[in-house]
Amino acid sequence: MATVQSGLYQEAKEELISGSEAVGIACALADVDVITAYPIRPYDTVMQYVSRLKADGAFDCDFIVAESEHSQFEIVKHASAVGARTFSGSSGVGWFYAFEAITVTAGLRMPVVAMVGNRALDDPGAFGVEHNDAMAVRDLGWHLYWVATAQEALDMALMAWRVAEDPRVLLPFALSCDGSFLTHSQAIVQVPSQDQVKKFLPPYTRGELQLHPNNPITIAPQVNEDWLMEIRRQTDEAMRRTSAVIIEAYDEFKEIFGRGDPSPFIEEYMCEDAEIILVGMGTLAMPTRVAVRRMREAGKKVGFLRIKFFRPFATEEIQNALRGAKGVAVIDRDYSYGSPQYGGVLFHELRSALYPLEERPLMLNFIAGLGGREVKVTDVNDMVDTTQKAIDTGKIEQTTTWVSVRE
Amino acid sequence: MATRAVEVVYRGIFQRTLARNIVRNIVFAARKDGKIGTAFGRYSDSPERNGIPAKQFAIVADTALELEESLAVYEATAVDVTINVDDTLCKGLESWAWYGLQPINELTKPGGTLIVTSRQDADSLIEDIHQKDTAYDLAIIPSTVSFSGLWVYKDDHTDMRVLGALCKVCPELVSLEAMLETIQEQTGSDTKVASLQRAHDRTATRPVEPGEGNSETPFSFDMPGWKTMEEGLVIRAIGEGGGFRGGETGYTPTRNETFKKWSTRSMRPVINFDTCIKCTLCWLQCPDTCFDVTPDGLYDANMEACCGCGVCESVCPVPDCVTMVGEPEFNDNNSQWDAWTADKDGYKKWMTVLVEKQKSETRTHGFHHVGGYAEEINTTEEA
Ligand code: SF4
Ligand code: SF4
Repeated sequence: MATVQSGLYQEAKEELISGSEAVGIACALADVDVITAYPIRPYDTVMQYVSRLKADGAFDCDFIVAESEHSQFEIVKHASAVGARTFSGSSGVGWFYAFEAITVTAGLRMPVVAMVGNRALDDPGAFGVEHNDAMAVRDLGWHLYWVATAQEALDMALMAWRVAEDPRVLLPFALSCDGSFLTHSQAIVQVPSQDQVKKFLPPYTRGELQLHPNNPITIAPQVNEDWLMEIRRQTDEAMRRTSAVIIEAYDEFKEIFGRGDPSPFIEEYMCEDAEIILVGMGTLAMPTRVAVRRMREAGKKVGFLRIKFFRPFATEEIQNALRGAKGVAVIDRDYSYGSPQYGGVLFHELRSALYPLEERPLMLNFIAGLGGREVKVTDVNDMVDTTQKAIDTGKIEQTTTWVSVRE
Repeated sequence: MATRAVEVVYRGIFQRTLARNIVRNIVFAARKDGKIGTAFGRYSDSPERNGIPAKQFAIVADTALELEESLAVYEATAVDVTINVDDTLCKGLESWAWYGLQPINELTKPGGTLIVTSRQDADSLIEDIHQKDTAYDLAIIPSTVSFSGLWVYKDDHTDMRVLGALCKVCPELVSLEAMLETIQEQTGSDTKVASLQRAHDRTATRPVEPGEGNSETPFSFDMPGWKTMEEGLVIRAIGEGGGFRGGETGYTPTRNETFKKWSTRSMRPVINFDTCIKCTLCWLQCPDTCFDVTPDGLYDANMEACCGCGVCESVCPVPDCVTMVGEPEFNDNNSQWDAWTADKDGYKKWMTVLVEKQKSETRTHGFHHVGGYAEEINTTEEA
């Protein structure tokens, strides 16, 4: 398989790079074997950077520009079957165009790692971030993670191969990166050394499942109703097993690289003793944390819970984080038309997760930042005010609010 | 405890690498001063179009916590320094995402600085720049505009000179020492370091008082809400148009009221009505339907519609009948045909001077110089 040719990442170093570039560097550090690409904004920034790294000799890989997203994902699926470490990605409707290949990747237990540069679904043609694109894999057996910073993009890409390729798991991993705010903004990132990464990330081996002339097997037969439930149940069990693998890997990650949060699944920001907790994903964390900090300074008991892993959903941890709150304000950068509460996907998942609690907090949903509209600190303040009003009156006037939409 | 921001206003593609060099080096240098920063382009400008106004930002803070508020935004709300690397943008910015016309100094903080690379003097620039309620400083780096293409970079030290000027006008953002060290490290070039130092030493500022400058109200429009917008992503066609300026003869097309183009262009066509043979080519080929047909059968380019692509100049079969001229020469968008009709001799004199002057300038307007400065490379190679 591919070998590292240059000394580009022999030493740990600091770089000024975007989230996409950070994922590109992770590809070099992880010594990925097969990378497929097809241009669509904002994902294209990662393919540009990967091809440049390869051209610069940072690493060697088969870099294949496919003729469509569908082939892009078919190629990595097949490469994964023969034991190649893989990376691919897309955005918005490009990701949707690949969907047939994306669904079978999980079913066949191929640990493909993909970056979804979150983008609004056309039409109208728009480039800005919206989470509905990546959300579409939530029911398919993919890991689904939302990144908040360029540093986290690099770190979690390394985690992604480690977890996805673990023989106990073998499920694909989607790394969701907000278009523009992550894919196009450059920040200072600590890049680890090749040696550190080697220590963390063992080579990918499929063992008995590897498609190879020495191991004659057939993959993906046609089945009838007498087989399918058992196959689905296997995928379910693998997804259930992955939580423990994630924890194990993250502990080791923190030890080797010297950074990380207490939990791999969620980030609790000033949640302790908070009466109102805001919940959101991705770069929504930036304005929300600033707003929370300022409100805390003014004596208001608020906190922010960032959901990092959407799949697997860390129900118990999330219950514990939100249990003491009087009000929970969920910010969705996505929307589910005609859903039970006419609200966002995250909101409905959280409502379901909190249902078993004996004392349930009041829950409000805020649809914000669709198509990349900026979510401002003042927007977050308004959300807290609305939630406070519901707590004070004991009554929710409106479950779902569209933030800063022109009437 | 402070956050400081810089914006670089530039022409898409032609000056993209220039803008990127400037913002990245600011963040690198600030790092040496013990600060932390971020660099990003305005996402709505992207994918960049040739020559269309665009922006990149560098934001620097003392701590990562302070920087957080400036992450996950498209555009800073206020900047300490606005850097404009094409003086034609002093007339304001229209991005292709169409927000109306944004004055060049809109984000410049009270007491902040606007740095412009230009051959014009301060008074001439201020005539174009919209007035502000608060005072700020203007610094001019004397130079011709630095244009190149997507794959080539015109390494004429404009980036170094801008950074040198920046360290002078806003040392709180980044120190000259840190910047010198950064450039030495990044480029290993003593001449670049020298350019930086020299620009720093020579930069002087001129205060601009509140109310000084162009008094025009910048063009803006109201965007509809979801209740008033037509459903199904439908955009209605506009009417056909009719006689020249509503008259019986000639022709003026109906134009979209909200889709106007002024600072989008860096050059505009100047027409010699005396030599025009009325062949209709400019009228046919103009991608933006700019030409009004006058009652006497001539073609008058409407400057609310022209994006400055230069197609009309290229297709006109008569030598020097259509000449693209740099925008700094104009302070209004009035009809050239009106001026010619009123005073043919005066028009000819005005036009001759402009056309002669234009021949000595190098400026890219997108169509003619596709790919940047290929012609310059050719002449250099031939020499
Ligand atoms: S420069 Fe381009 S847009 Fe302007 S009048 Fe000529 S052809 Fe039309
Ligand atoms: S292309 Fe030149 S000659 Fe022909 S109508 Fe236009 S200005 Fe006149």
